[in-house]
Amino acid sequence: MEVTLSVNGEPVTRDVEARLLLVHFLRDELGLTGTHWGCDTSNCGSCVVLYDDEPVKSCTVLTAMAGGHDVRTVEDLEQDEVLDPVQQGFMECHGLQCGFCTPGMLMSARALLDRDPDPSEDVIREAISGQICRCTGYASIVRSVRWAAVHPEGRSEA
Amino acid sequence: MTTVDRGPVGHGRMLRKEDRRFVRGRGKFLDDIALPGMLHLAVLRSPVAHARIVSVDTLAAEAHPKVKAVVTGAMLEERGLAWMPTLSGDRQAVLATDKVRFQGQEVAFVVAEDRYSARDALELIDVEYDVLPPVVDARRALDPDAPLIRDDVAGKADNHCFDWETGDAAATAAVFDRAEVVVRQEMVFPRVHPAPLETCGAVADYDRVEEKLVLWATTQAPHAHRTLYSMFAGIPEHRIRVISPDIGGGFGNKVPIYPGYVCAIVGSMLTGRPVKWTEDRTENLIASGFARDYVMQGEIAATRDGRILALRSHVLADHGAFNGTAAPRKFPGGFFGVFTGSYDIEAAYCSMTAVHTNKAPGGVAYACSFRIAEAVYLVERMVDLLADELGVDPVELRLRNFIRSDQFPYTSRTGWVYDSGDYATTMQEALRIAGYDELRAEQAARREHAGDGQSLMGIGVSFFTEAVGAGPRKDMDMLGLGMADGCELRVHPTGSAVLRISVQTQGQGHETTFAQLVAEELGIHPENVDVVHGDTDNTPYGLGTYGSRSTPVSGAAAVIASRRVREKARLIAAGMLEVAPEDLEWTKDSSGGRFDVRGVPDSGVTIEQVAMRAHGAGDLPEGVEGGLDAQVSYNPDSLTYPYGAYICVVDIDPGTAVVKVRRFIAVDDCGTRINEMIVEGQIHGGLTDGVGMALMQFIGYDEHGNCLGGSLMDYLIPTAKEVPDWETGMTVTPSPHHPIGAKGVGESATVGSPPAVVNAVIDALAPYGVRHADMPLTPSRVWEAMQGRATPPQ
Ligand code: FES
Ligand code: FES
Repeated sequence: MEVTLSVNGEPVTRDVEARLLLVHFLRDELGLTGTHWGCDTSNCGSCVVLYDDEPVKSCTVLTAMAGGHDVRTVEDLEQDEVLDPVQQGFMECHGLQCGFCTPGMLMSARALLDRDPDPSEDVIREAISGQICRCTGYASIVRSVRWAAVHPEGRSEA
Repeated sequence: MTTVDRGPVGHGRMLRKEDRRFVRGRGKFLDDIALPGMLHLAVLRSPVAHARIVSVDTLAAEAHPKVKAVVTGAMLEERGLAWMPTLSGDRQAVLATDKVRFQGQEVAFVVAEDRYSARDALELIDVEYDVLPPVVDARRALDPDAPLIRDDVAGKADNHCFDWETGDAAATAAVFDRAEVVVRQEMVFPRVHPAPLETCGAVADYDRVEEKLVLWATTQAPHAHRTLYSMFAGIPEHRIRVISPDIGGGFGNKVPIYPGYVCAIVGSMLTGRPVKWTEDRTENLIASGFARDYVMQGEIAATRDGRILALRSHVLADHGAFNGTAAPRKFPGGFFGVFTGSYDIEAAYCSMTAVHTNKAPGGVAYACSFRIAEAVYLVERMVDLLADELGVDPVELRLRNFIRSDQFPYTSRTGWVYDSGDYATTMQEALRIAGYDELRAEQAARREHAGDGQSLMGIGVSFFTEAVGAGPRKDMDMLGLGMADGCELRVHPTGSAVLRISVQTQGQGHETTFAQLVAEELGIHPENVDVVHGDTDNTPYGLGTYGSRSTPVSGAAAVIASRRVREKARLIAAGMLEVAPEDLEWTKDSSGGRFDVRGVPDSGVTIEQVAMRAHGAGDLPEGVEGGLDAQVSYNPDSLTYPYGAYICVVDIDPGTAVVKVRRFIAVDDCGTRINEMIVEGQIHGGLTDGVGMALMQFIGYDEHGNCLGGSLMDYLIPTAKEVPDWETGMTVTPSPHHPIGAKGVGESATVGSPPAVVNAVIDALAPYGVRHADMPLTPSRVWEAMQGRATPPQ
């Protein structure tokens, strides 16, 4: 079936199988491999993208349902060679190790800061509680998001 | 060349170089690889734990329009590829031929045009099983009437895997006989799984014309894998190139060779096209390398006034259907022999019996430092049980029995030579950060008001010593391969450098820390040192990253190579300055490294100037060749022994038995720290694993051998809500035999933290008379313990 959606601000039209998951569409059809896949049960959050500005697990969305919607992925965070403050924050505060959970964490962090620019540590933990990181123990992710809250202008990478 | 003034020229906190690609979503993980014409492979797995295969009908699958190949065990058998060697000298079925021996075992595979079609075709394969009774409980594995699992091995009549012992049985028995106090406890370290966020996978690309195989694989040990593929599949080693792309966490799960990798190779050879295989999460959890699964009998002997005299243990080790443990050959029980822990005692003895069961193979995995996680858990629980028996504070008992700093190097009763330590200082630092006395006072106050809604507060302590950095050539090998690691350093004419290493990062930050090692020795900014790893065609040989061995082994190689380059640079600089090499003084500061004539500042040349001369047209001193390179293969003389003091504070809701970790204090001594930010990150991750194992992570089985932890809905992993903000501290006691005194830290917290959490929970339950309860301390298991019904996990 044919579906048209907006991905990172660009309209995309493709003929897809009705059962194709959005995460696989992004990765395999569009080559946007920044969005990851990590589980069969919607528990890990490696696949989080912004779906009409809300963080959504793209393994729970059929591509066919995404017609007419606006999807943004980690590849869209950097604009005009300037990193989003959440990207800078993760680098400053060691918010990643293997980097596999990172795109999903970054998208949730971006969505959180858009609705609450000054979240407390507890609010940040709640916001990422549907996601798993096996490497960092989360404290540095929390610090990274706080860094982004304190530096809303960010800073281009040195 | 980019040069920035952030971060040190050498050791110290520096932001990670690899982060730039990861925060942009531009890491290149296995499943991100897409080659022209690539096909997709899916594996059919056994739904039952133990069964004879009657028939496998693949006709319908072969007829699927998008299917390119369907392969069964019988087909592999014809090519001599149905079985592969494990890292422990056992063998494992690539695809089952005679029987399936665990749920999730590989039975057949399909290669198809896309990943969904490959999965569809699995549904079309019809396998008839003759179901056999399974062996699920290791305690029953050696019963005379236990079903025989390994009837593939000629002459095998039972489910015995191996026996092993260490220490002095007679001397230990003598001490136990005369001891004033003896405490005994059986404890289980249940089966868990490392569950890296990225599952395992491979892309195989076999070129029939060149007869060359390129294999991208999620492996922590690309060189060792290449050697094994060559030995097993008969492809000459120089015609195999193994590439580890970015690895989404490993923790030991990506050390073994899995059947799926071999299937991908076979699939590519059969179809002549690149073939990708990736596990789904259930496959990863039920069929790839598990960890732990030890039933341990602990015994500790002491004097009435709290002097620990001896430790004794018998371990029943469940190795699953095939012995897939990855451990040095002479150490079938890994490094469990360090179970005497951090204490100076008179005698110790351990015996171990390993058995096969109808469960997935594996064993050494999950950041355990070759079974030291189990050893530390045993001794740290036993010391707490002794403290309870004697009525002394568990901290006080530890302080009384620590190996003293003036006893290092210390040879333990099981023969391990601990390199350096100052345990009491590290313990005191943890007590200071925790405010230990205040915590105990708070606990006493709460207990006085027990009953009026007060949570049950517990304080748990553990003190661990690890043995890492395997390992010395005289003692250790894997399948005959010495446990060395290499590096090759090339300094370019303009003074930038490339370092090629044999170890493989899975998030540890090697691209940064190894550049820092070179920077510290040569004064070349880390930004100007590129680190290449994970490609057997482009890096020197070595056994890879696990057992916290990258810094102790390959890190040492990087330092030695850098120092060799520096000594060659000294000769060239001496020629440039027309002085004797020994008249030159080496200095390094934030502007870089240089040689000056001794006593005459700014008289000399920079490392960059030397590099240009080394590659340039000017004269070099007599006997000095051009270029500025060095290659080193480092085989350590001894292991390193990092250690630490951990304190955990929990609150248990008496109504629901939910355990909440309120605080966790970790003071680690891993010797010299290359980059303290990265070290701290390693510790944070390990502490999370420890809390997970202690409270929720568990791979259980029902009586039919069905895995009960086969998804992330059932195998619970801590989220940000279940762990506290970690409180870390450090002491620094360098290793005397590592070139920069570093000890390795990647697994310290995973090893050291589970007993701290369990000790805290048991401490909280003291008013209920609970002495011991086995992990995972889920609400239901804590509740049972409070009712006096603590039982081992199933
Ligand atoms: S892939 Fe795990 S939640 Fe989507
Ligand atoms: S950084 Fe590895 S899973 Fe989060």
